[in-house]
Amino acid sequence: MGSSVFIDRATVSGSNGNAIVRDISLRIDPGESVAVIGRSGAGKTTLLRLLNGLAEQRSGSVIVDGRPLVGSRIAERRRRIGTILQAPALFPHRTVFENVATVPRLLGWTDERIRRASEEMLDRLDMPFGRFAGRFPRSLSGGEQQRVGIARAMVAAPPLLLCDEPFSALDPIVRRDLQDTFVALRDGGDVTLLFVTHDVAEALRVARRIVLIDGGAIVADLPAADFVRSAHPLISRFLDAARIPEAS
Amino acid sequence: MSDLTAEVLHATAQHLLIVGVAMFAAIAAGIPIGIACVRNPRSGRAVLRLIDMIQTVPSLALFGFLIPLPLIGGIGIRTAIVALILYSLLPVVRNTVTGISGVDPLIREAAIALGMTERQRLMRIDLPLALPSIFGGIRIATVIAIGVATIAAAVGGGGLGTLIFRGVAMVDSTRILAGALPAAALAVAADLLFGALERLAARRLGV
Repeated sequence: MGSSVFIDRATVSGSNGNAIVRDISLRIDPGESVAVIGRSGAGKTTLLRLLNGLAEQRSGSVIVDGRPLVGSRIAERRRRIGTILQAPALFPHRTVFENVATVPRLLGWTDERIRRASEEMLDRLDMPFGRFAGRFPRSLSGGEQQRVGIARAMVAAPPLLLCDEPFSALDPIVRRDLQDTFVALRDGGDVTLLFVTHDVAEALRVARRIVLIDGGAIVADLPAADFVRSAHPLISRFLDAARIPEAS
Repeated sequence: MSDLTAEVLHATAQHLLIVGVAMFAAIAAGIPIGIACVRNPRSGRAVLRLIDMIQTVPSLALFGFLIPLPLIGGIGIRTAIVALILYSLLPVVRNTVTGISGVDPLIREAAIALGMTERQRLMRIDLPLALPSIFGGIRIATVIAIGVATIAAAVGGGGLGTLIFRGVAMVDSTRILAGALPAAALAVAADLLFGALERLAARRLGV
């Protein structure tokens, strides 16, 4: 069962006091997959960071699974929230296996269970455990590092998964490949997904609901099928920008 | 074994003891102080300035200042060790601060997002990644301490300085060299040892 998420009229300010997201409300039901799109600086990342406590609201509230997120046990709660960031930010002094095992270890799993889960996760991401487990991140390609980042975030099957442009630094072929793998993983588990991207095609591929954010506020919130038919001017611009011109 | 050889061996052992005890204490105190400085940047800067100031006191004067102090002062090995701890603190503290502050903020953020507590982040991420820098600090501190420890003989601290001071008083270059050469050799050995550790830690991090 995926997590339920409710952001209730949250405002987050930057260090200069200006609001980055303003009075934003968003409800996500268990098992939903939501893509948040918007231009650079629109507040997408801040919205995502509200959901793992990396950004804290000045006003309003963030409720995950019926309980306010921010509190004394935030570190424990984050272990049940998978976060995949644009930079995989793997721990350079730890092997692939040790990186992937991070959350299971924090959760106190047995060694055998950790090994089994890590092996299964890496295999599903096309990184055979035997070949990759003992390697250090510096010896991996960008795509491989991001796969390890995904494995690290998903190995303990978190009911809530947050992705912040996880594929944007990858070449288009690796990117497409990982999107497919990712969709398969999403479909294979009970997970609520919030996926931030500025790429409409990617949003439509990974999510069934699209939230458009601009200037720190939600300007559209539509099922993917309605999104592509919307007459909203900003949506039209996004769709136009994503269109590949036909060869003449 | 000639008298001088026996004297050199004894003085070298004593020198190693003084430096070893002082370095142990400086590392045991310096790394936690460095961690505290990173966690509280404002008071951390004040602490670093204070430790900086100690470093600027000429070593002979520092030994002199310590002599009249109760408990830590007086004539003898204790004063020598206290002075060396004070001198060795700066490189250890500063390099701990530099090492931890230099951890990639994205890596730190990933550790937070994965659900590590502050203590877990310190032990599993920050300190291991700061290790090359910390070893660098220990290397510099040890080399300085081995040199400064020769002056400890002036306050009755013993060690290789005893031979040097006696040699100077007797205008006996053999005796001066008998103190100076082992001290230099110890410094070079310490430099090589900790330099190797520093490189080993860095290689493990791939930097």
